[in-house]
Amino acid sequence: MAQLDTEAPSIAVPSPDELLGFYRAMLLIRRFEEKAGQLYGMGVIGGFCHLYIGQEAVVIGLQSQCEPGDQVTTSYRDHGHMLACGMDPKGVMAELTGRIGGYSKGKGGSMHMFSREKSFYGGHGIVGAQVPIGAGLAFANNYRGDGRVSLVYFGEGAANQGQVYETFNMAALWQLPVVFVIENNQYAMGTAQARSTSTPALYTRGEAFGIPGEEVDGMDVLAVRAAGARALARCRSGAGPYILEVMTYRYRGHSMSDPAKYRTREEVSRMRETRDPIEGLRKTILAQGAADEEALKAIDKDIRAEINTAAAFAQESPLPPVEELMSDILMPLDPAP
Amino acid sequence: MSIQILMPALSPTMEEGKLAKWLVAEGDAVTAGDIIAEIETDKATMEVEAVDEGRLHQLLVAEGTEAVKVNTPIAVLLEEGEPVPPPSSPLAPAPSQPPASATAAPEAAGVGGWADGSGAAASPPAPDWPADATMAEQTVRTALRDAMAEEMRRDGDVFVMGEEVAEYQGAYKITEGLLEEFSARRVIDTPITEHGFAGIGVGAAFAGLKPIVEFMTFNFAMQAIDQIVNSAAKTLYMSGGQMGCPIVFRGPNGAAARVAAQHSQDYAAWYAHIPGLKVVMPFSAADAKGLLKSAIRDPNPVIFLENEILYGRMFEVPQIDYSVPIGKARIWREGTDVTLVSFGIGMAHTIEAADKLAEEGISAEIVDLRSLRPMDTATVIRSVQKTNRCVTVEEGFPVCSIGSQIAAVLMQEAFDWLDAPVITCTGKDVPMPYAANLERLALVTADEVAAAAKSVCYR
Repeated sequence: MAQLDTEAPSIAVPSPDELLGFYRAMLLIRRFEEKAGQLYGMGVIGGFCHLYIGQEAVVIGLQSQCEPGDQVTTSYRDHGHMLACGMDPKGVMAELTGRIGGYSKGKGGSMHMFSREKSFYGGHGIVGAQVPIGAGLAFANNYRGDGRVSLVYFGEGAANQGQVYETFNMAALWQLPVVFVIENNQYAMGTAQARSTSTPALYTRGEAFGIPGEEVDGMDVLAVRAAGARALARCRSGAGPYILEVMTYRYRGHSMSDPAKYRTREEVSRMRETRDPIEGLRKTILAQGAADEEALKAIDKDIRAEINTAAAFAQESPLPPVEELMSDILMPLDPAP
Repeated sequence: MSIQILMPALSPTMEEGKLAKWLVAEGDAVTAGDIIAEIETDKATMEVEAVDEGRLHQLLVAEGTEAVKVNTPIAVLLEEGEPVPPPSSPLAPAPSQPPASATAAPEAAGVGGWADGSGAAASPPAPDWPADATMAEQTVRTALRDAMAEEMRRDGDVFVMGEEVAEYQGAYKITEGLLEEFSARRVIDTPITEHGFAGIGVGAAFAGLKPIVEFMTFNFAMQAIDQIVNSAAKTLYMSGGQMGCPIVFRGPNGAAARVAAQHSQDYAAWYAHIPGLKVVMPFSAADAKGLLKSAIRDPNPVIFLENEILYGRMFEVPQIDYSVPIGKARIWREGTDVTLVSFGIGMAHTIEAADKLAEEGISAEIVDLRSLRPMDTATVIRSVQKTNRCVTVEEGFPVCSIGSQIAAVLMQEAFDWLDAPVITCTGKDVPMPYAANLERLALVTADEVAAAAKSVCYR
């Protein structure tokens, strides 16, 4: 069924600067994740580490339509979202290495990072738990009447969690300004969507609650950008929640310890070769003459330098001092009123 | 054969009610299903339907009578064609038909025999408000409501959400009147989806609002415990101190009466286990009000465990602006021979036990913990250094209980002061049975506490 909100105004054609900005931002995530994977292999990063490679267009396309103060909440596959929110790659990487210079002083790790300043509200390790939390941020926006919108990202695996539907119901009931972004990367860890999901069209999952939704090509940053503009405009106008099912693909395993035997090498290669979001945008940029090869190479070089700086910082930053073990468990009480 | 209409029990914990209004008059014909009266319980005004057919002969309890005990005859119905007795002869209660539950009811309703039904508890030493503060009798219920109302007036970021908190005025009437004063923006009815609305509350708290999330009972918070533990409690730490969660989760906890295993569980030890939470479980109305105000002002997630049986109980409450700090125990009664440590409804059994012990010449000191995390073990240790003996009292299960924790702390920090092993009096290690006799056996009792105290005193 067509749930597309056709009333929404169409978005202006992106400027050359905007295209280059997308290229830069997606490449930053790609190189960051490649470096994280490398450091994990060296034993510098521990625990779970879920890479976002292949999905970059989703968060970059959507965040390009956000305004300052709009909140973001996501799952444990969160490095890309943090970079897209403007968080410093040094602080993110240093959290991955468990150092004091990390966003959580080394106490959260890959799956648990936050930045109040950048309105990034995690980084949640429990599948689906971020969905009501993101709706709670939207509740606060309504309560304060500040016009902000909350974006909640979750995977197609989380889309089967009960609390997601509890949240859909309340978000629609209370007309909360929240965009539910289902990043459908086809596999919930090792389970293909067809093996876990009775009805595949997740963008229709809000139908029972009166929440409109649409399917978006998540390998095309410009398509995501346009869908994001529609969704955010609708939420900001007070019309309540909206669902975007963004079709995407992760190139790496679920986490660093996943050999990804549940899909063929050919399937992954085909996606990389024909659908890669960064390569696709690169072709558009060159075809439109927004920049030439030289300019793109220069961007590439800048980003490699930035990532190397982040990786060096993350390895030089000290381990958290032992006092950190027992701090930040409780907030101190305010002085007596 | 005349039929007696008895004062009905309209909730699991109702012991008495007010006969607010008669909707029938003497001489009226009544058929089964007719609404004959309105009765006010401590939770709601309920309509009472006739069960039998006949002609209403006599109203035995006048309209407006307060505190009519459950199972008291309130009217007499004559069957059709039955001769009307002479008006001068008062109808004696039919001796051939004693209501089957009439004798059982007081036992069943009086939890641990503590249901004296009248008067406020004696006011113990109260360090949390000035000694000269004006006191007035108040139920725990209205004390909790006043605490929320006062904090909502004080801070526009405070709101309350939960099932039936607004239009219904609270399933247990704790939020009565709040909708009228604060509007639907701040008093929010939720669907019956604890996991979801607990998570929404946590998100709102991350955004800087100060939600009070009411669970109709803490049994239902099991649906939401992931959001409470994994999201509310841990995020401050996981964010390196950035993301505080100023939220209160409150509602009745523990056994009510005759509601069986899924609705009768004490979660004190569960939540007290979790770093990142504060956990309080008050007994008196004054502490309930003062602690709830502190909980709402606290920048951390606070689990506020109430008790349905205590809601209607009267205590003296200071009529001033005050709060009670979280993490401080209170010496409820001073004594010299044995320390009894309890909290919440356990205090009722403990006080009763201490009274019994006093009759036998044993002077018990009662420590009301009030807060379980952080726990004021220093006050317990000081008391044990005086009495050299300790018994803990709680309604929860025995394994990994609050009492186990206190016993461990005393062993580690007051070993040389102990003249006897610490005894932990708890609920029994079974799911709560429904049958009245088995339920009584499953709960901790004052007699068990008294026996434990005598045992540690070697008497």
